[in-house]
Amino acid sequence: MRADLAGDEIRPASATAGDVLDRELSGLDHLELAFAARVPRRRRVWQSACPKVAAVTFVIAVWQVLVWREWRPENLLPSPTSVGGRLWDDLGDGDLWRALGTTMRRALVGFGASVLIGGSLGLAVTRFRWLRIAVGSLITGMQTMPSIAWFPLAILLFQLSEQAVTFVVILGAAPSIANGIIAGVDGVAPILRRVGNAMGAGNVAMYRDFIVPAAMPGVIAGMKQGWAFSWRSLLAGELLVAIPGASALGARLQSARKLGDAVGLLSTMVVILVIGVLVDGLAFRRIERSVLRRRGLVGEH
Amino acid sequence: MVVPIAVPIAVPIAVPIAVPIPVQSNRDRPAIVLAAPACEMRSTRPAVSGPAVELGDVTKVYGAGASAVLALDRVLLTVERGEFVCIVGASGCGKSTLLSLVAGLDQPSAGSVQVRGRTALMFQESALLPWRTAVGNVELALKLNGVARAVRRARALELVALVRLSEFADKRPHELSGGMRQRVALARALAQDAEILLMDEPFGALDAITRDVLHDEIERIAAERALTVLFVTHNVREAARLGDRIVLLSSRPGRIVDEFGVPVERPRRIESPEIAGIAASVTVRLREEVRRHAS
Repeated sequence: MRADLAGDEIRPASATAGDVLDRELSGLDHLELAFAARVPRRRRVWQSACPKVAAVTFVIAVWQVLVWREWRPENLLPSPTSVGGRLWDDLGDGDLWRALGTTMRRALVGFGASVLIGGSLGLAVTRFRWLRIAVGSLITGMQTMPSIAWFPLAILLFQLSEQAVTFVVILGAAPSIANGIIAGVDGVAPILRRVGNAMGAGNVAMYRDFIVPAAMPGVIAGMKQGWAFSWRSLLAGELLVAIPGASALGARLQSARKLGDAVGLLSTMVVILVIGVLVDGLAFRRIERSVLRRRGLVGEH
Repeated sequence: MVVPIAVPIAVPIAVPIAVPIPVQSNRDRPAIVLAAPACEMRSTRPAVSGPAVELGDVTKVYGAGASAVLALDRVLLTVERGEFVCIVGASGCGKSTLLSLVAGLDQPSAGSVQVRGRTALMFQESALLPWRTAVGNVELALKLNGVARAVRRARALELVALVRLSEFADKRPHELSGGMRQRVALARALAQDAEILLMDEPFGALDAITRDVLHDEIERIAAERALTVLFVTHNVREAARLGDRIVLLSSRPGRIVDEFGVPVERPRRIESPEIAGIAASVTVRLREEVRRHAS
């Protein structure tokens, strides 16, 4: 095929132009490939776990030192071992689990509602210019409002009920989620919209196949922040809005303080902290990392 | 220096727009001149007669009033079916605008745009979706094109094989080199079942060796599939290497100032003396145009 052109004589007689092109492309492809140095899984786990264990150990050590030096009387600041012992006992006891169940149920309901409300609000703001002008800065304003400041109003509106707590949780979390979506959609590269248009994507396909997936990193960051806000508002709510007969983590804190049970107070606090860390680390960070890694935006950490 | 715009903004009213392109979406854009709906065209391709692209005195103005920019000024261009036309010009000459008009992403301010056949657009950056694999990107184009789910995967893999990337079908864009990404983008464009390929400096960001090889590749695929190609570049040699015809577009306002045929038999090589000779004469003319803009 290429007999008329220079350079042909150096090719083997049997090779067609297609073969040569094929080999050239393949050669270039293989030269381009990055060397993937993959760290073994065990070492990775070790590398990520080690600093965390060290940090926790350090905090416990400081706490223990404070106890030994009798900074506060033992009945007010109990030792890590007595708190650990109580925690162990509580884990075998139904009441902690019931309280945990109630609190988690409220958290999930509140967060779920926040995702629905904040999500649709965020999408609407990105879609309609006038809505953005109207409520865009209001959403950020809402975010800066401390959730505890909503409780008096919530109690007036809903009395001492679960609705009051859920109301405040949604007010705390929905703006973060809406803001995450707005930031995510605003950050979508214009070229992707152009590609979508050129490929003939209609309105629905544009959102489903281009804008929403492209906005995912921002959306997840917003959800993560929304969860943190809702968890905080929820615990604040459970301290203030004690519903008779219902056991919850916040209510346990409150009753432990009233009874002067410092060990019980601290062990419940440890549970609250651990839940926060677990949800963030196991759920959100994992999703976030896999989303970012798929796009080549992040390595290990 | 801002060249005063000769054509007043009233042009759209004075010159009636012959064929406005009414639909934004490429997919359901009907063949403009024909009565036949797009879906029928797809199965029986060259049953249509007439050139693939006809631009009749196309003018495009951006903005209004004193700040208006005349991107294209009465551009007259006909691209025959199966022809490979390269558009060359210095920056800011409305080359991309021209492609957008042909792709139906934008409407002319005046004049007529007639496109007979489906178009697909390729950009300088591959613009692949980073969350989809190579084959996944091609599949999306098939999906938006209405290809049934059951056959999508197989068709996408065929196209990935056509650009010789089978080995990398499941890699994501960030794991591929620039040249590989452009080949995926080419496969994606082909998945749109287009007869007319619009390429906006597709190899501009690639290294020279990769670019040369991809020239061979696009030449092969365009010939195999009988594609009409409208290829925008500012690399004159590239234009001479690839084009049947080179159209020289001036800057501000964008006007066609010259055309060059490339009577060199295919397959060609970029280092051949014939190509170099043609590139040289185009360059002389291009430099002349650039000098006009000196202040």
